Amino acid sequence: MANSILDLFASSPIRPMQDHMAKVHECASELKNFFKATIEGDWEKADELKTHIRELENEADDLKHDLRMHLPKGLFLPVARTDLLALLSKQDKIANIARDISGLVYGRKMQFPAGVNEDLMGLIQRSIDASAQAFKAINELDELLATGFRGREASLVEEMIDQLDMIENDTDDLQRELLFKIFEQENELPPVQVMFMYKVVQQIGDLADSAQSVGSRLEMMIAR
Amino acid sequence: MDFILQNADTFIWIAVAFGFLMAFGVGANDVANAMGTSVGAKALTLKQAIFVAAIFEFAGAYLAGGQVTQTIRKGIIDSAYFEGTPELLIFGMMAALLAAGVWLVLASKFGWPVSTTHSIIGAIVGFAAVGVSVDAVSWGKVGSIVGSWVITPFIAGAIAFLIVMSVQKLILNRSNPFAMAKRYVPFYMFLTGFVMALVTIMKGLKHIFQDHDINLSMTETYLIAIAFGALIAIIGAVIISRIKVEEEADKDYHFYSVEKVFTILMIVTACGMAFAHGSNDVANAIGPLAAIVSVIQNGGDIGAKAVVDPRILLVGAIGIVIGLIVLGSRVMATIGQKITHLTPSRGFAAELAAASTVIIASGAGLPISTTQTLVGAVLGVGMARGIAALNLGVVRNILVSWVVTLPAGAILSVIFFFIFKALFSF
Repeated sequence: MANSILDLFASSPIRPMQDHMAKVHECASELKNFFKATIEGDWEKADELKTHIRELENEADDLKHDLRMHLPKGLFLPVARTDLLALLSKQDKIANIARDISGLVYGRKMQFPAGVNEDLMGLIQRSIDASAQAFKAINELDELLATGFRGREASLVEEMIDQLDMIENDTDDLQRELLFKIFEQENELPPVQVMFMYKVVQQIGDLADSAQSVGSRLEMMIAR
Repeated sequence: MDFILQNADTFIWIAVAFGFLMAFGVGANDVANAMGTSVGAKALTLKQAIFVAAIFEFAGAYLAGGQVTQTIRKGIIDSAYFEGTPELLIFGMMAALLAAGVWLVLASKFGWPVSTTHSIIGAIVGFAAVGVSVDAVSWGKVGSIVGSWVITPFIAGAIAFLIVMSVQKLILNRSNPFAMAKRYVPFYMFLTGFVMALVTIMKGLKHIFQDHDINLSMTETYLIAIAFGALIAIIGAVIISRIKVEEEADKDYHFYSVEKVFTILMIVTACGMAFAHGSNDVANAIGPLAAIVSVIQNGGDIGAKAVVDPRILLVGAIGIVIGLIVLGSRVMATIGQKITHLTPSRGFAAELAAASTVIIASGAGLPISTTQTLVGAVLGVGMARGIAALNLGVVRNILVSWVVTLPAGAILSVIFFFIFKALFSF
């Protein structure tokens, strides 16, 4: 039976956005255990965790496709549809990077020199913090909707985004220190492996960058 | 005409049956539109919604439905034109009822969103203009009715927009939204009760007051309406004061407890919506019936001044209630899954805006589409960035159904009109 008033309501993209971010963050968080396992040289466990990260990334992809299918052009949304889709892409990138990092490290059975392990774990933790902060901000989407993306709630989210920027700054510093430590001993290490070490460190930094761009996208939504 | 008067009872009972079936259809189809937002926002369970709808649809139809019934009965056609041939009016109104009924059944079979109001107006204009004469239609009145179809969704949308903005300013954007909700929500309840009471006293109860020689001045009318609104607000405030903050649930969604306050408000506005729907849409079913009964009872005198027989309003009111209980519940059952993320603080705004617009239109005797007014109100909430996602395709569907329903109702009604004329004229 046709019922115009019921057909008026399309399914909300807010909850699926948050579900997607939750999945993405879970995926990024697994990197911590994964690196722990590689440092301990437990490649069996690392394999398990790498597979798990890949699974989570796939699930995030499914959520992403689903959400895109539910955002056809004729929708009337409180925020620009393009902003929402861009935000989704940024969220998704976090999971992609996490998958790439775990794939590369496991594939090459990479071991960092013992002296930098502590710094490495510190950087990973801080990057995951950035992802956690982005998740926290995305969790405010439904509250933002309630307040029409204005006022107190908007300033609250802006504060969260400021914090996210600070966390990302931290990761930059940590990344620089770590790179320098590897540089100091790079002559004693096999050159090809060092190249990939730089690459992995770079990618861990990118993870935090992506989390930051989730925040920036959210900020743009509020700003209009 | 003599033939009809000799069989007056038979004709009246046939007309009553048609009118009852139409009212049944209005109750079955449209009630989901009127109550859907409440069920969707989980302010009411399905059973509660049916219960509320039954009571307030009945009250709206019986207390405030007279004015629109009057319009459909006498406003659209130029009664002077039927002076010598009252039987044409009777055939025509029967044809209009049957045509609108058949069209509504067909449309819902095909899944088209059509408005009962548009069907019946199209049908009446159809039989009068084509079956009798183009001059038999009061085009001025028809023009203002069609105009009101365009304007009312916009008015409802603007009101809804302002309500949402005020809720955000007064309650949601404050540092203590829960306390603010407790303070301001009774005011919205007052508004709902005030509008309901005002139109009921001014328009619906006018004839009852006249019968008992009660004369209320404007000030008295407003005072009574204010008192009624205040009563609703006080009862609401008492119920609201019992709501406690739920800190656990608030962690997940900060406005959880606040929304619980709005849930109580939404129950009030749902009553208003059902009342509004009853007051406007019952006329679609029983306006033609009232015309037929009045002509027959006055022995063919069309010009006779008479208010709508309350018993006729009763037929419509009972028809709507039975329709919604028998079939409406099945329609409503699908609502829960359809509406996602319509929070009570939004749903109430849409309902309050639509209900006040419809009730005021009822008071002015304008037959409008409740559903389309509500659609306008919901879009108004959307404009205030209040709803997660709306399908704009629905607006297109409504425009299409506009273009189709008016001629369809008219054509069917012309056909039935000539059949009745051929059957009973000798």
